[in-house]
Amino acid sequence: MSTAALTENPAKRQRYVAVLLDVMSRPSGAIGLSLVVFHVCLAIISPVIAPYDFKLQDASLMLSQPSNAHWLGADHLGRDIFSRTMLGGREALLVTGIATPLAVLWGGFVGILFGLTGGRLDEVLMRIVDAFLSLPWILKMLVLIVTFGTGLEVLIPTLAFFYGIPVIRIARAATHDVIARDFVWAAKARGHSRISIIWRELLPNVLDTLMVEGAMRWSWMLLAFSSLSFLGFGVSPPTPDWGLMISDARGYMSFAPWGVIGPVVALSSLIIGINLTADALAKALGIDRAQKAPV
Amino acid sequence: MLTMILRRIFLGLATISIVSLIIFAGVEILPGDACTQYLEQDQADVELLEKCRDDLNLNRPAHQRYTEWALGALTGDLGMSVNGEAKISDLVGARFANSLLLAFFALLVGVPLAMLLGVITGLWRDRKPDIIFSTIAIFAMTIPEFVSATLLILVFSVWLGWLPGIVLTSAGSPISEFFPEILLPVIVLSLVMTAHVMRMVRSSVIEVMASDYVQMATLKGVPYWQMVFRHALPNALLPAINVVALTIAWLLGGVVVIEVVFNYPGLGRMMIDAISDRDLPVVQAIALIVASIYVCINLTADLMTMIANPKLRTMYLRK
Repeated sequence: MSTAALTENPAKRQRYVAVLLDVMSRPSGAIGLSLVVFHVCLAIISPVIAPYDFKLQDASLMLSQPSNAHWLGADHLGRDIFSRTMLGGREALLVTGIATPLAVLWGGFVGILFGLTGGRLDEVLMRIVDAFLSLPWILKMLVLIVTFGTGLEVLIPTLAFFYGIPVIRIARAATHDVIARDFVWAAKARGHSRISIIWRELLPNVLDTLMVEGAMRWSWMLLAFSSLSFLGFGVSPPTPDWGLMISDARGYMSFAPWGVIGPVVALSSLIIGINLTADALAKALGIDRAQKAPV
Repeated sequence: MLTMILRRIFLGLATISIVSLIIFAGVEILPGDACTQYLEQDQADVELLEKCRDDLNLNRPAHQRYTEWALGALTGDLGMSVNGEAKISDLVGARFANSLLLAFFALLVGVPLAMLLGVITGLWRDRKPDIIFSTIAIFAMTIPEFVSATLLILVFSVWLGWLPGIVLTSAGSPISEFFPEILLPVIVLSLVMTAHVMRMVRSSVIEVMASDYVQMATLKGVPYWQMVFRHALPNALLPAINVVALTIAWLLGGVVVIEVVFNYPGLGRMMIDAISDRDLPVVQAIALIVASIYVCINLTADLMTMIANPKLRTMYLRK
């Protein structure tokens, strides 16, 4: 990518439009992006268009089969599964939608800072990052959640904090990568100040990596959030949530197997959509993600 | 070479000690301790609380307790659990054996399958076999484990009735009693893990096939399959060591969700139970064990790649 194109605002905007068009021109990007947009729109308008109240219990419908009135049947409390599936992603999208940018921001900031300074402090920080990464994610989060409760005010900072830690590593590596490139040397030789180099040469290039990373983190965070809900540590009932719905319906699977289908399809399609978009975005920005394993 | 290996080992040990500090500090910072939990939080009167803290040595300064805990952990003494008043090392032992069993079978199925599929998709890049397997892999990787587990239970135990959908065997039972209940969890685990390893092997096969020495061998007139087996694959499969190591670490400590779904009595479910019960000594112990396994396995993988790959050896030196 050329840095000259990044220094002026209109050109920069043009580049992002070009990237967006590139993403949409790829089959994976087109499918992925439309899935994501669909889910976001659904989350926004579902309270208005959902056919039934998500809390409404009707004992006569308990575990009933899909019918014309209730397309996906009813759950163990006689609530309409179709309405609950429509609403089930709101909480997840809200939490991860706020926590993902936060994680990328703080992880990116710390990573770039230490990538630039280096030295002893940097090495100590990397050991701490390693140490955090060696603990299973679920343990780290559950300890905080069990102590402080399962509200949004706990879930968002917890997810943002722990998912920012691996971003430190990525941002640091990307910084090292960019700093060694010719155009940074050229800027130095031209006599640009440190701040100008960081702002105009380093950031635009690291930002690409961070954007792809953010998209990937989003899908992992969603996975973590729904797993927490599934285990009973996420959204509290009666708020509909896919993870929780699957966990509830699982108990009745031997005689009411249709209960899991709605939330399973909804959750899977959103996560796959995000992944496909992230893949297409990485290709459009020219970043090879194939070698990276999820940390 | 020797200094490098020593340096890597030292870094691993440093990471483990930092982990132990984080775990200890984390539990220390959280409100409440083993005694408030044992005596049911708010209702406990001050005298009882004090006596309990004295009994458990919780009144001593934090650094003393840390040293004691860390030294104890080194000799295999992980302390006592709050609720059961049992030795943690005994509790963890049986559960860990079960997690090992599950991991062993998942690896037995997953690793060879992943290698095979990775090579196939890499060699036939962007053609039918690649597109089919890579698409399946993306699904297996991205769909949450509890979703794929639920779907498999739905198909294999609810509809077809071939396999039991839940593990009823208790923690200390002999291995033979885990069959056939263990099969579905093994299938789910190996599915996820095959997808990850396969993707990695695929990209490394593609990279090696595009390299100069493979072209050289082709130009020299080496037959295709001989070139693949003698020149390409040994180099392409080397990076897989690291991914497999990561998966082993994940299998031994991170399969909480799958253990809960299948009710499997392993380390992961013990962890969830301990956290829900706020049995902090057990949480500390499991966290330390899992983190140490993770670090050790990664260390071993790094050393193995270092020894097997002369290029990496010098690369590490230059760093």
